[in-house]
Amino acid sequence: MSDARRASPALKLHLGLVYVFLYAPIAVLMVLSFNRGGMPTAWTGFSFTWYAKLVHSPEIISSTVNTLIVAVSSTFIATVLGTLLALGVERRRASSGLDALLFAPMIIPDIVLAIALLSFFTLLEFTLGLHSIILSHAVFNIAFVCAVVRTRLRHFDHSIVEASIDLGASEFTTFRRITLPVIFPGVLAGALLAFTLSVDEFIIAYFTSGAGSSSTTLPMRIYSMIRFGVTPEINAMATIVMLFSFALVFFSQRVDRSGANKGALTGE
Amino acid sequence: MNRKLQDLLLILPGVGWLTVFMVIPCAIVFFYAFQERGIYGGVDYVYNLENFSRAFEPVYFAIFLISAKIAGLATLFSVLIAYPAAYAISLSPRDRQMRYLFLVMLPFWSNYLIRTYAWIVLLNREGIINNSLESIGLIDEPLPILYNQFAVVTGLVYNYLPFVILAIYSSIQRLNPEIREASEDLGAPGWKTFVRVTLPLTLSGVAAGAVFVFVLSIGNFITPDLLGGGRIQMVGNLIYDQFLSARDWPFGAALSMILILIMMVLLFAQAFAVNRAQGRKEAANV
Repeated sequence: MSDARRASPALKLHLGLVYVFLYAPIAVLMVLSFNRGGMPTAWTGFSFTWYAKLVHSPEIISSTVNTLIVAVSSTFIATVLGTLLALGVERRRASSGLDALLFAPMIIPDIVLAIALLSFFTLLEFTLGLHSIILSHAVFNIAFVCAVVRTRLRHFDHSIVEASIDLGASEFTTFRRITLPVIFPGVLAGALLAFTLSVDEFIIAYFTSGAGSSSTTLPMRIYSMIRFGVTPEINAMATIVMLFSFALVFFSQRVDRSGANKGALTGE
Repeated sequence: MNRKLQDLLLILPGVGWLTVFMVIPCAIVFFYAFQERGIYGGVDYVYNLENFSRAFEPVYFAIFLISAKIAGLATLFSVLIAYPAAYAISLSPRDRQMRYLFLVMLPFWSNYLIRTYAWIVLLNREGIINNSLESIGLIDEPLPILYNQFAVVTGLVYNYLPFVILAIYSSIQRLNPEIREASEDLGAPGWKTFVRVTLPLTLSGVAAGAVFVFVLSIGNFITPDLLGGGRIQMVGNLIYDQFLSARDWPFGAALSMILILIMMVLLFAQAFAVNRAQGRKEAANV
């Protein structure tokens, strides 16, 4: 039986070391963020100094607000368009051209999409700012939401839709009462993914934000802090941003799992 | 409402968005690649192939080679580290596999800049690694492990390893256990079953992971920028410079097109290889 197969001690040790490799750098940043002296060379006592500095920095606050505006708006656009797209695509015959179009935003190098959008906006003499970052972030977010919702739709038992129509429900009612509740966990998981991607995205935002600091997002701020050198504030910033992302991922996992249970109930 | 029309209404907004904000911008870049640089940094509409021939001049060609070398090394190390890890996960108790995978993927969802920055803290002259090595007396002066190719490769492996583990794990998972058992029942020792059966049948996962790392590495901007400290220039950095400092958009556009071409060739090759492997696997499963 394959269940009797066991990983050898060497394999287990390797896996353990992989986890150390993956988590040690993150752990180091988190620990250092509480180091009073701030320098990685010596532990000089526990303190919230660096967090306090962050909270009192107007630049950090304004870039955080900008990031949230961009992430919420682009996630909203992408969730609506991406979900509609997934519904439409899954009803049609498979088309490789359409699949390529939906796959492209996920694999095109960020730097290429960034310069392409900059060229596009410049050619149109479009004023750059938060709105152009929103339009740009929606591009890859649409693709990701659509991919997540499509996976969900593929496991969806379409006979319940037919049953609903046979029983006399209108298409709209069927959508609202049957399809939407079933795919909703997928939609929410897609939206959370889009939100996370937008909050973290740097290069495209950097190219499409225009000059001036009024549309600086948090990753842009973090980038310039890092370029400036190793400062203890970045550790505190990193800790907050990472814990925030991890919380989002945990949440989206829960949502997806609860959705899977619902699928089991409907006889999927 | 007519079903065709309904489908169209569902698809149109999304496809329209991607067309306006991705396809058309990329078409503009494609067009710019064949134009001339204007005197003041704009684009002069004079058709020529100069930008492409320039990309093959030794100075720039070397950057492509270094990018390919760094991406290749990152791919190699990712696969070598990921395979045994994915294998170990697939051999662990069933109820724990998902938890192990989740733990692998979790760092992948945190900010890329921050994950890269963590390596500056670890690798710099006064960083954790140099400091601890010095304090236990293993080295007398700091090792030069930041701002070089080693640091860039390490950063890329760190950032993309989770995905490679996931890709390889899922190909091991799809493997029909009966084939392995058949090999063992016929008296093959464990290592032989692995080399002759498991490894060849999971190569599609290895290929998917490898292409992913290579493609994302060769077009990378942040890692060489931060961990290469300006001393390592990869294609992504060159494109960045053409657009933001050198102001030679047509040349930057041509470089982008070459980058996209390299990626497309690799993705097609991978799809082709997977199709063939699929055929072989189905034959093996019958």
